[in-house]
Amino acid sequence: MSRNDSTNRIKSQERSHSLRVVSSLLQYAGMVGVLLGLVFIFSLMSKNYLSITTLTSIANSIPDLTVIAVGMTFVLIIGGIDLSVGSMLAVSSALLGVLMADHGWSLVLAIPCCLFACGICGFLNGVISVKAGIPSFIVTLGMLEIARGVAYLITGSQTKYIGSSVEWIGTPIQGMFLSPSFLISIIVVITGQFVLSRTLFGRYCIAIGTNAEAVRMSGIKSAPYSITVFAISGVMCGLAGIMQTSRLSTADPNAAVGLELAAIAACVIGGTSLMGGRGSVINTFFGVLIIAVLQSGLAQIGASDPTKRVITGSVIIIAVLLDAMRQRWGKGN
Amino acid sequence: MNLSPAPVCLSLKGISKDYAVRVLNHVDFELRAGEIHALLGANGAGKSTLCNIIAGLTPATAGEMFCDDTVYSPVDKQQAEARGIQIVQQELNLIPTLSIAENLFLTQLPIRFGVIARKQLREQARDVLLRFGIDDLDVDRETGLLGIGQQQMIEIATSLNRKCKVLILDEPTAALSAKESDQLFEWLAELRQQGAGIIYVSHRLDEIKRIANRTTILRDGCHIGTFAVDHLSTDEMVTLMTGEERETKPKPAIKEKQIAANNQSESQSKREEIALQVESLHCGPLVKDVSFSVRAGECFGIAGLVGSGRTELLRAIFGADHAENGELFLHKNRGPFRFKHPHHAVRHGIAMVTEDRKKSGLLLSQSIRVNSSLCNLKAYTHVAGVINQTEERTDTTRMREELDLRCNDIEQSIETLSGGNQQKVVVAKWLLAGADVYLFDEPTRGIDVAAREKIHRIFTTLTAQGKGIVIVSSDLDELFETCDRIGVMSAGKLVAIFSREAWSTDLIMQAAFSGYIDPSEESVYES
Repeated sequence: MSRNDSTNRIKSQERSHSLRVVSSLLQYAGMVGVLLGLVFIFSLMSKNYLSITTLTSIANSIPDLTVIAVGMTFVLIIGGIDLSVGSMLAVSSALLGVLMADHGWSLVLAIPCCLFACGICGFLNGVISVKAGIPSFIVTLGMLEIARGVAYLITGSQTKYIGSSVEWIGTPIQGMFLSPSFLISIIVVITGQFVLSRTLFGRYCIAIGTNAEAVRMSGIKSAPYSITVFAISGVMCGLAGIMQTSRLSTADPNAAVGLELAAIAACVIGGTSLMGGRGSVINTFFGVLIIAVLQSGLAQIGASDPTKRVITGSVIIIAVLLDAMRQRWGKGN
Repeated sequence: MNLSPAPVCLSLKGISKDYAVRVLNHVDFELRAGEIHALLGANGAGKSTLCNIIAGLTPATAGEMFCDDTVYSPVDKQQAEARGIQIVQQELNLIPTLSIAENLFLTQLPIRFGVIARKQLREQARDVLLRFGIDDLDVDRETGLLGIGQQQMIEIATSLNRKCKVLILDEPTAALSAKESDQLFEWLAELRQQGAGIIYVSHRLDEIKRIANRTTILRDGCHIGTFAVDHLSTDEMVTLMTGEERETKPKPAIKEKQIAANNQSESQSKREEIALQVESLHCGPLVKDVSFSVRAGECFGIAGLVGSGRTELLRAIFGADHAENGELFLHKNRGPFRFKHPHHAVRHGIAMVTEDRKKSGLLLSQSIRVNSSLCNLKAYTHVAGVINQTEERTDTTRMREELDLRCNDIEQSIETLSGGNQQKVVVAKWLLAGADVYLFDEPTRGIDVAAREKIHRIFTTLTAQGKGIVIVSSDLDELFETCDRIGVMSAGKLVAIFSREAWSTDLIMQAAFSGYIDPSEESVYES
């Protein structure tokens, strides 16, 4: 009632606001710590590791995985899974190659086509799994095969060389060390995090993944949101396809086999729950970075491919174990 | 009892338990063979924790336990069961995809040549059901398909069927109809005569007066005292539990109701209007040709046995289940409607607080803020789908104050709240969304006295605002306290509607049983 009261309240609101900011930054601290730790270890083991060249080469090699992992984060949050991302990426790449190399389309016209085609694939994933109530694991497993087949069909199983008209997207900008791809992927990450934590859409996604029945009984139709999430995952694959094609200057229908596992691993390292309802786009990005740093570092110290696989796999399991322990701690058990 | 006290079969000395805070503080407890010992306390008093410690589900931080004069320190539930200590928790532990028979003998399935001997299993299960007088159930039925009350009975029967020296029951009758409760009490009496000790946790004081011998009262984790039930009135019990002198009767909710009634001359015209009219609604086997209407500002209660179709009726109105037939009319003669999804019902101003808040009411791992704003989220979304979090917080904070929500912060996750406070969040969610008709399914099940009164007060506020309310409750006292009229469901039909002047427990119970008095079903519900 009194002014004193209201100023007190405002003060306490401000205090709780700054507390919130601190605690929201703290949740990234663990990931940043692990990342810096890895960089530190590799720079001890290999003198040349900590250099601008290494860092920019890492940065420019991850945009495709990053945008796919952002889409995957949303899919996992609603309690689904998308196994078809690698194949959808190949469709995008194949389409870009055929349109530009064979039909002489300009990049500006080809890009929307790629995004649209993958968007449709994702939309189909969503519609079939949501409307027919089939687990997305199965529907997207089917799409994994279909989309890969489509990629082979439209290219006639050939790789298509495109060249400089697409290369610039994946090439570092002069004097900046970073490629347009990387900058786009950063924009996607920031937008993704904003959508997840600040918008109605993001909130509904989290709610659906937490308890779909409670969402239904709250009078919210979840189907449109779930379907949109799968469509977004598709569009992200379209984008990633363009990024990868630009990096290799070549459209390849064999591209990105098994990429779905890397994307899921990045999300899981970032603390996204496969049960749905919990996840963060920023932490997924850190997950991507951790995988990339590990790959490049192991390559630099001369680890063989089998060794790399063993170590990467172990890191994934350890990350999830740590996260599970942290969760249990948080609940006070 | 005083002449020759029975031997103590379980004793606890100085039991403490710390989680983040101390929830049990040096509690002593003694259970005699052949007694029903009620454990009383408001929510958060530590009853469930104490039960869990005895049943080996969680270790005590300090203190010791003795079972038949030997030290008893179970590491897990199996060890407790090996000593003959069984617990039936509030949450059901049945496996919903297995049959009744399989659930009954889950730990001791009859095996022949390495495979389950189905025939033998079925016979054993039938024997058990027959022994417990619930042989109307098909032993091959998946337990998940049973009503929640029937599941509870199966769960209790499973425990009783094992070696049972100490039985712990946590709110066993919450999901049971009066008839099923009576059945349960018979089982307990029999078990008592066999010399078992029974620890009985319940909020229903009338039940405790009826069946318990002694009671131990806990408050804020401390042992307040152990008393013979005969020497204690229910009022005294409540006083001991809450630690404060409570107002004498008439109950506050009724008083407010009367005040509200006096103020209603101005809203008299509103009162005449229909808030919800249901016309011959059919939905599945449990809602058959139900018609009734609720006026604006009226509180309409629905009584009936568990499984009589009360929940199903609300779900059919709300569009959660598809009604095959029937019509709904709303305020200002809008209609006819038959909702296909709760989404449509909510858009037309209907809200529903569901029976099972954990399963269908709440996002358990999310915060109080996220939960309470869920239904009203569109109102905070102005530009480009972005939620205005300041408005969201302001509203949540307001609800927290209005509903006296006990929490440290609105960002706290729902899991950390007690049942009563969780229920308040469900109510807050719908109050923020706003509606003309509120459907409440068992709004105060398993929550403490204070939270219950708070929720009853909200009913009064809503009716004073001219909202229509429908309450389904197994607790007749609750309906008597809060409702203007009470309809009775029996076997899927609305068999009677009583006004405040006309109702009585007898009449309502008679009506509730009337649908089951049928030659073919006489064995199920004795006439």
